Amino acid sequence: MGRQINVALIGNPNTGKTSVFNALTGLKQKVSNYPGTTVDKKEGVCKLPRGLKAHIIDLPGTYSLNASSLDENVVVELLLNKTDKNYPDVAVIITDVENLKRNLLLFTQIKDLRIPTVLVINMADRMKHRGISLNIPLLEKKLHTKIALISTRQKTGIDELKDIIYNYKEVPTEPCLDTSRIDPDYFDSLRQAFPNQDLYKLWLVISQDANFGKMSRKTLEIEKFKTKSISELKRLQQKETIKRYQFINSVLKVGQTVDTSKATGLRARLDRILTHKVWGYVIFFVILLTIFQAIYDWATIPMDFIDGAFASLSHWLKEVLPSGAATNLLAEGIVPGLGGILIFIPQIAFLFLFISVLEESGYMSRVVFLMDRVMRRFGLSGKSVVPLISGTACAIPAVMATRNIENWKERLITILVVPFTTCSARLPVYLIIIALVIPEGRFIGLSYQALSLMLLYLIGFGSAIVSAYILDKLLKIQRKSYFVIEMPNYKVPLLRNVAITVVEKTKAFVYGAGKIILAISVILFVLASTGIGRQFNEAEYLVRMEVAGENLSEEEIETRIASHKLEHSLIGVAGKAIEPVIQPLGYDWKIGIAIICSFAAREVFVGTLATIYSVGQDDEATIKNRMKKEINPVSGVPLFNFASGISLLLFYAFAMQCMSTLAIVKRETNSWLWPMVQLVFMTALAYVVALIVYQFLK
Amino acid sequence: MTVADLKKGESAIITDSSSDEIPLKLLEMGCLPGNEVELLQLAPFNDPLYLNINGSHVAIRKRIAALIQIEKQDG
Repeated sequence: MGRQINVALIGNPNTGKTSVFNALTGLKQKVSNYPGTTVDKKEGVCKLPRGLKAHIIDLPGTYSLNASSLDENVVVELLLNKTDKNYPDVAVIITDVENLKRNLLLFTQIKDLRIPTVLVINMADRMKHRGISLNIPLLEKKLHTKIALISTRQKTGIDELKDIIYNYKEVPTEPCLDTSRIDPDYFDSLRQAFPNQDLYKLWLVISQDANFGKMSRKTLEIEKFKTKSISELKRLQQKETIKRYQFINSVLKVGQTVDTSKATGLRARLDRILTHKVWGYVIFFVILLTIFQAIYDWATIPMDFIDGAFASLSHWLKEVLPSGAATNLLAEGIVPGLGGILIFIPQIAFLFLFISVLEESGYMSRVVFLMDRVMRRFGLSGKSVVPLISGTACAIPAVMATRNIENWKERLITILVVPFTTCSARLPVYLIIIALVIPEGRFIGLSYQALSLMLLYLIGFGSAIVSAYILDKLLKIQRKSYFVIEMPNYKVPLLRNVAITVVEKTKAFVYGAGKIILAISVILFVLASTGIGRQFNEAEYLVRMEVAGENLSEEEIETRIASHKLEHSLIGVAGKAIEPVIQPLGYDWKIGIAIICSFAAREVFVGTLATIYSVGQDDEATIKNRMKKEINPVSGVPLFNFASGISLLLFYAFAMQCMSTLAIVKRETNSWLWPMVQLVFMTALAYVVALIVYQFLK
Repeated sequence: MTVADLKKGESAIITDSSSDEIPLKLLEMGCLPGNEVELLQLAPFNDPLYLNINGSHVAIRKRIAALIQIEKQDG
């Protein structure tokens, strides 16, 4: 094995850091979490000249080393901990040529930690448009660094960057700012108290405590040292920022020239339309409409294909494999269960495609800007829009996306209401039930079925907003409301970045949910094909006795036997036990089992029904056709009729059925109280609404 | 005069941004005395404000904007 060095990619948000990461590592990436947090940790490997390998970490985007969120704190903690196995041998700071001044603030801070620091100036392709020219050798000298001028869009400069990283030992480690200049008296006293410590690191630890409160002071034993009040510390941080800008301005004055006459006004023109008081909202609404119509229309084609393919696979397996318990488990348990999850892929991919295009293009920030005032009326922030939209893909990343909401009350409310938005796990439930109970037909060009789906999305958003309003009135939390959002320049999204996001997210979703679904299908299969007592074990004999005089075909008798067995299997007995609770909602015990399994994850619903219905059947029917044939044993009408269908749709719209979301809410709010509030409140609401609707419609 | 008093398209020089309520993040984006600030867009109900501060494009709420002291340039 060759030698390996650690490289940390650090930079402000919106500088194309992820593009650089993708360009260096290609698809050799690994996403995990930082220990004890839910912050994404992205790692990859890059081959450098002469067999040297670089282990590259893409650190969360941050504006400075003064952490104000969990994500930013990860960066500071790593850079202050020399014993961490990921401590970088070289730091690569990614900057955007159009925002060089602001981006350099972070650069000077990292530099002062005396880590070999390389400066990457990205988006070089935009220099000509913006009339920017740079004197690279001069900048290198003034900033004591090596500079790589690159364009990830045009794929230039990457090899030069690799060369610089390879020769990282030649990068000077001189600091940019003499820390004691911030406040000579204070820093002199610090130096005397801790003669062996690096002054800037000391200062970071002290000020970090004020900002974030997570940094362990014990590491530097500074508890004994009397520090300043929070307001005095902030004053010093302001002074530090001013000093750094003075340095940066003096460097850029000689190293950068900007011909403002060449600057194009595309940004201003687009802003005028996209943040317009009327058109801004119209455009936003049209984009949302397009997304929903697309998911419904385009995604159904590959979905039907996947559904059919799994039904045939199951059938084929039974024909070619020797019959027995193992074959049954495979063909009736695992394969239908897997089909139930893989059928999601088209929709998940579409959703992540849209969301990542909106984020990459810079449009999302405009939506935040437009919606802030409106959302504030409901106790939310403009920044809640992003979680609410990404909640349509999955509540888990949505809850994590609330991290950049500065105000704790707004953030908590957002976390609490996000699970109401229609996540993609609800989609298959919706799609299959809509297809069963909503008639075909069109209303001004839109199909009833698409409109029903849209209505369900609106119900999801509506209940999120209304609950937020109620929570805002109920929760007594007073926090200062900060709200700062960068409005990045518009960009055409890079196909490569979008593709990687879509692939990674879809993969993570399928593996995550797939494991649960697979486990549940196996358990269900076993429970459905074992039973105790005479009714189960002698089912064939009993049924044949019963139908002896009815003159049924052999095939019909077989079906009767199968359903008799299922009814008296372990799962049947359990289902029958809970039937009284769900019967008023219009469901039978099989749906009951599916609902219970759905508390692990909603998407299990279809897979569960598929497994239950497949047991003992060997025709090639799809799940939909099997559900259509089910008859309610009490009323004698089809089980999935209009009333029970609507009741089921609304139950799924409101109920909190996702263990992973509850777990993530617990982590992000650091308390079991909030996930329990969600579970009890949402599920009770779902039951009551479903009950009223069914009793009213039946 | 504060940033909240600016009209769309107007610019001014920041004279004081030391209020404790102004988040550090905003200072780091260049909201510091001596730098120029321009009001680019107003959201409906005139809040939040979309600003160009020293080359950084940011949006902040009116309440914070009212804490940033400015001075109009002559001419």
